[in-house]
This record gives sequence, C-alpha cells and structure tokens, in this order.
Amino acid sequence: MDKFTSHTGTALPLRRSNVDTDQIIPAVYLKRVTRTGFEDGLFAAWRNDPEFVANKPEYQGVSVLVAGPDFGTGSSREHAVWALMDYGFKVVLSSRFADIFRGNSGKAGLLSVPVEQDVIEQLWALIEADPTTQVTVDLEAREVRTGDLVAPFEIDDYTRYRLLNGLDDIGITLGHDADIATYEGTRPSWKPLTQHA
Amino acid sequence: MGRTLAEKVWDEHVVRSTPGEPDLLYIDLHLIHEVTSPQAFDGLRLAGRKVRRPDLTLATEDHNVPTLDWDKPIADPVSKTQVDTLRKNAAEFGVRLHPLGDIEQGIVHVVGPQLGLTQPGMTIVCGDSHTSTHGAFGAIAFGIGTSEVEHVLATQTLMQAKPKTMAVTVNGSLPEGVTAKDMVLALIAHTGTGGGQGYIVEYRGQAIEELSMEGRMTVCNMSIEWGAKAGMIAPDETTFAYIEGKPEAPQGADWDAAVEHWKTLVTDADATYDAEIVLDASVMTPFVTWGTNPGQGVALGANVPSPSDFEDPSDKVACEKALEYMGLEAGQPMRSVKVDTVFVGSCTNGRIEDLRLAAEIIEGHQVAEGTRLLVVPGSVRVRLQAMEEGLDKVFIEAGAEWRGAGCSMCLGMNPDTLAPQERSASTSNRNFEGRQGKGGRTHLVSVPVAAATAIRGTLSSPADLVPATV
Repeated sequence: MDKFTSHTGTALPLRRSNVDTDQIIPAVYLKRVTRTGFEDGLFAAWRNDPEFVANKPEYQGVSVLVAGPDFGTGSSREHAVWALMDYGFKVVLSSRFADIFRGNSGKAGLLSVPVEQDVIEQLWALIEADPTTQVTVDLEAREVRTGDLVAPFEIDDYTRYRLLNGLDDIGITLGHDADIATYEGTRPSWKPLTQHA
Repeated sequence: MGRTLAEKVWDEHVVRSTPGEPDLLYIDLHLIHEVTSPQAFDGLRLAGRKVRRPDLTLATEDHNVPTLDWDKPIADPVSKTQVDTLRKNAAEFGVRLHPLGDIEQGIVHVVGPQLGLTQPGMTIVCGDSHTSTHGAFGAIAFGIGTSEVEHVLATQTLMQAKPKTMAVTVNGSLPEGVTAKDMVLALIAHTGTGGGQGYIVEYRGQAIEELSMEGRMTVCNMSIEWGAKAGMIAPDETTFAYIEGKPEAPQGADWDAAVEHWKTLVTDADATYDAEIVLDASVMTPFVTWGTNPGQGVALGANVPSPSDFEDPSDKVACEKALEYMGLEAGQPMRSVKVDTVFVGSCTNGRIEDLRLAAEIIEGHQVAEGTRLLVVPGSVRVRLQAMEEGLDKVFIEAGAEWRGAGCSMCLGMNPDTLAPQERSASTSNRNFEGRQGKGGRTHLVSVPVAAATAIRGTLSSPADLVPATV
C-alpha cells in the first residue's frame, strides 16, 4: 500500500445521501477476478445521465469526493473502494460512513474522512462556485483545508499510523504468529471444523 | 461488573490486546463465495502465503450461479470465470467447496446454519455484509471486505476495534400474520440506515424469544441495513434444538460440554449497554418499503409519503428522488401499487419455513395475470426438503417459477433481473436503485405479503385474499 500523508486536488460535489455500494458500483460490474479496472462501473447508473455532476466538463480530473451522509452503506464489496480509486479519487468526505466501507477504504489506501455536515455544505458551496477550488486533506494534521476553511477530522490512531506508513496488515499480524498459535491451543475440542482428519 | 452477550463472545476470542491498537480477534469460521474472494487468493499467491486453517474455512457458489440449467456450463462467460476461479483456488489452497450441482450448495448464509457449522459463541466472517445472519445463534458474525478476507485466510484472525453494544428490546408478541421481516423493516424505518452504526446489537425481549431460528436469522440478517456492525440473539432451547443432530453439530460428551458453555452466553443482569431501543411487537403490522433504501418503509395499510412529511432537508430530497425513481405518487395508498414480479428467496427469506409459509398462502390460488412469481430456495437442501413436502407442486400449479438455489434476483448478478421500470415485491434485503437490475423498482416485503401480492397483482397481505376453493 502507498503511504498517505497529505493530498491536494479538485473535488466533486455529490449532493446525495445514502450513497450505497450498489450505486457506487452495481453488482454486474463485480465479476472481474483482478484488482483493477473497476472505474467503468463507478456510479454506472448515474453516469448514463449527461447532467450527472461527474459528467460535467468542469469536474474532470477530480480526486476528492464530497458526499452526503451515510456514504457506502450496503454490501461489503471492496470493489466500491477500488472503483473510486481506479477513477482517481484519493479521499472521500462525508458526515457519516458505513462501517464496512470505512474499514475497506482504510485497508486499500483510500482515505475516508468524516466531517460535520455543515462543513460538507460549505465545501459544496465553494466547489460549485469555483470547480477549480483546491481541497487539501492533511492526514498528519488531521485537517481538511481550502481557502479560509479549516476543518479538523477524527481518525483512529492506528489506521492513521498504518496509512501514514503504508503498512500491510497481514505482515503485522504474522509477526504475532506465536500468540495465534498459543490461542489455538486453548480452543475447546467441540468447536466445529469444516474438514475432518 | 457484568458483561453483555457481545462482550462475552468478544472476550473469548481476543488473541492479543494492546492499548492504542485494535484487538486481534480469532475467527472460528470463515465462509467464502466466488465474488469477494478471487483477489484475496491472488494476494496470498503473490506473497507466497498459505491458508492457515482450511479446516475452519468453507466455500460455496451462490452470488453468480444460474437458477435454471444449473447442470449445464454457466452461459455468462464472466460469471463462469469467477466460479471457475473459486474452484481453482479451493483446490489449490485445500478449501472445502460446495459447487453448483453439489447437494450442499446454496447461499452461504443458509448453508452454514443447515450444516450445523454456525453455533453459539463463535466468531464468523464472510466477504458479504449479510454475514450478520449467523448472529441469530449467539455468534458475533459480520461482513468483511476482500483485504480482510485475505487477512483471515492468511492468519485466521482480524484486527478489530471493539464496537459499542446496543440492546433492541422487542416486548409483547407479534400479532397473527406479522413476521420477523415486518419487525425488522419497522425497526429500520425507525432508526434509518445509519442508526446502528458502530454497535453490535443484541435483539431481546419476548417477541424475539418467540421467534423460530428462521425468524431470528431474518432479523439478524438485516442488522446491516440499519448500519450495525453485527446483530445477535442469546442462544436458548430453540437454538439448541435447531443445532442438535445437524451434520457438523457436536456429539455425545462434546454436545454436553458445548451446551453447558452456550448456556452461559447471556447478558448478565448487571451488565449495561451503550444504547437501547425498545419496541412493542403487539402493535406491529405488515410493513413494506416505498423508497430506495431499507429505511424508507411504511405500514402496508399506509400511503406513500410526501417530501413535506420530512423535516430534515436531506430526507426531503431523498424522498423526492426516491419517488421519482420508484414511479410513485405521494399520498397514493401502498395497496394500490401494481407489481410485475414477486421474488421469494434470498438469505433473508429463502429458508424452508419461508417456503412453507408462502405455499400455505398460495395453495389453491393462481398468480395474477401480468405478474410473475419467482421462488428461489436458499439452498439445494431447502429445495429438496420443499419438494419432499410437495411445496414445489403448489407453486407450479399456481403458475410460479420454481428455481434452483442461489442469491438470484436479490442482487441480479445472474440472469434473474428486473427490466428497467419493472416493479418487484421482494422478500430480499435491499431496495437500492438498480439492485435487482438496472432501473428496476424494488419493494421489500415479508413472505406473506409477497405471496398475497403474487395472487392479487398489487401490494397485499393475506387478509386481502378471498379464501381459496381447494
């Protein structure tokens, strides 16, 4: 995973709440067995509409998504995170994220940033007034900044540490192999197995 | 101080706990399917890693598989590639797989419980958000993404911050004809799609205790639809009776030891939850969704809401957008909504009890002209059981389509989809835009409402039916 310290880019104002993972990427686009190439499926149904905000020329090349509350609800598909990243997004801002989506984004290296809804409203207004507005999301300082607007955000220390250092979870856990083996020695014999010797 | 059910099960699985870091949690059972696993196996291969515990891992094919012609090669080449990839990965890494055509094949959340692999006090994960289903047995069960699937394959553990706990206490008894599905749809309409976010929820109270295991699974299944990390129900005699004798259930002295432990898995009298919701089951009625998320629901006897009914500006906008997408008029009675397709199935309502209930209502009736009824059993075992009981004949004689097992129209990854603007009454779990097919319009309903709707062609409950002349 790449390290993430700070990102600055233009932003897409997505004035919708409850953007579920079926909207982010419909199930028919989940059939690839690779980890890349999901950008075509991003917001696939909405992108058919020429008036959809992401289709407008002024919002090409965006890398920060500013969305309404309850972003990423629904399915556990990590493809939703991959589709956003493949399209070019580095950061998603919303007042509330679904747990699984937020977990997945932290694993894959997409920063999902919770900020108050009034910050989202201010960002929407600024971006819509000037689509070239540069938005900075600073993970080290835990701040979103653009012009005079400075908004702090919360992220747990451990996820922040992993993202700042680009660490691989599996490598970290395998370092605790002895603890896992000790735990396995204490499991009761009646716990079910899927395969029998 | 006492502990909640969730805290007890959590504590039993902590491999390592360090301040400032998430807990390292041991996983008792890892379920796998074809859609969210290929990239995880690929990751293992690239890093030269093995599956740590193939004997705690089970794979089945469900999301993509056709429900017709399942004995022939899968026609959709992309679906076929995904299924073939799972078969190759299972063989290479030594994972037990129940492929299409196998007697144990079916939806992963139907297969686990019917094999007896889902037991109280376990930690169960799967790359599927409806893993919360297994919480009905008093397990901590939740959906994970593909990176976490790879993590569990490699280490049999997950790093997880301990969630808060919430009680949903449902007092009283459900009235006749009102089901677990109505209860959970009413709950989600009450909380919204984000109301459970950050919590492991324990459902309890008289109405929960009175539910069958199938009903409990329906409730826990939809925990994710109001954002909960997991949903669970304390195991009791209903739970033990369901598990006893299942193929992978403990036997003899192991059974006695297991039950003795399972009986300790209840919330202590002096334990406290971080939040509580109290509902009264006795006033509940058949409940359906009108919008494009599971929180947008009303009683079947009510009218389609209007944007002006909502105070929150984003709820107003969401209502407007949903009405437009769904092709509904504010104020229109829900019972006046005409339905093209009725889907009975899914990990929410595709179990034998669901099919029995549907058949009981449909027997002697005909599916309305211009309406199609699709009945898709949750697993091959459910299908065979239904056929043994003659339920298939009831469906076929009524004019329904009796299909093979899988996820099917719940998410439309296989050929079972809605056409644009086609309207369904569906016993599944999500009414998101395009969920059942691009442009498709979904109303989430209980099994009795689905059955009655199929007969009348408009959203209905069994109370609306003229008795059949059998």
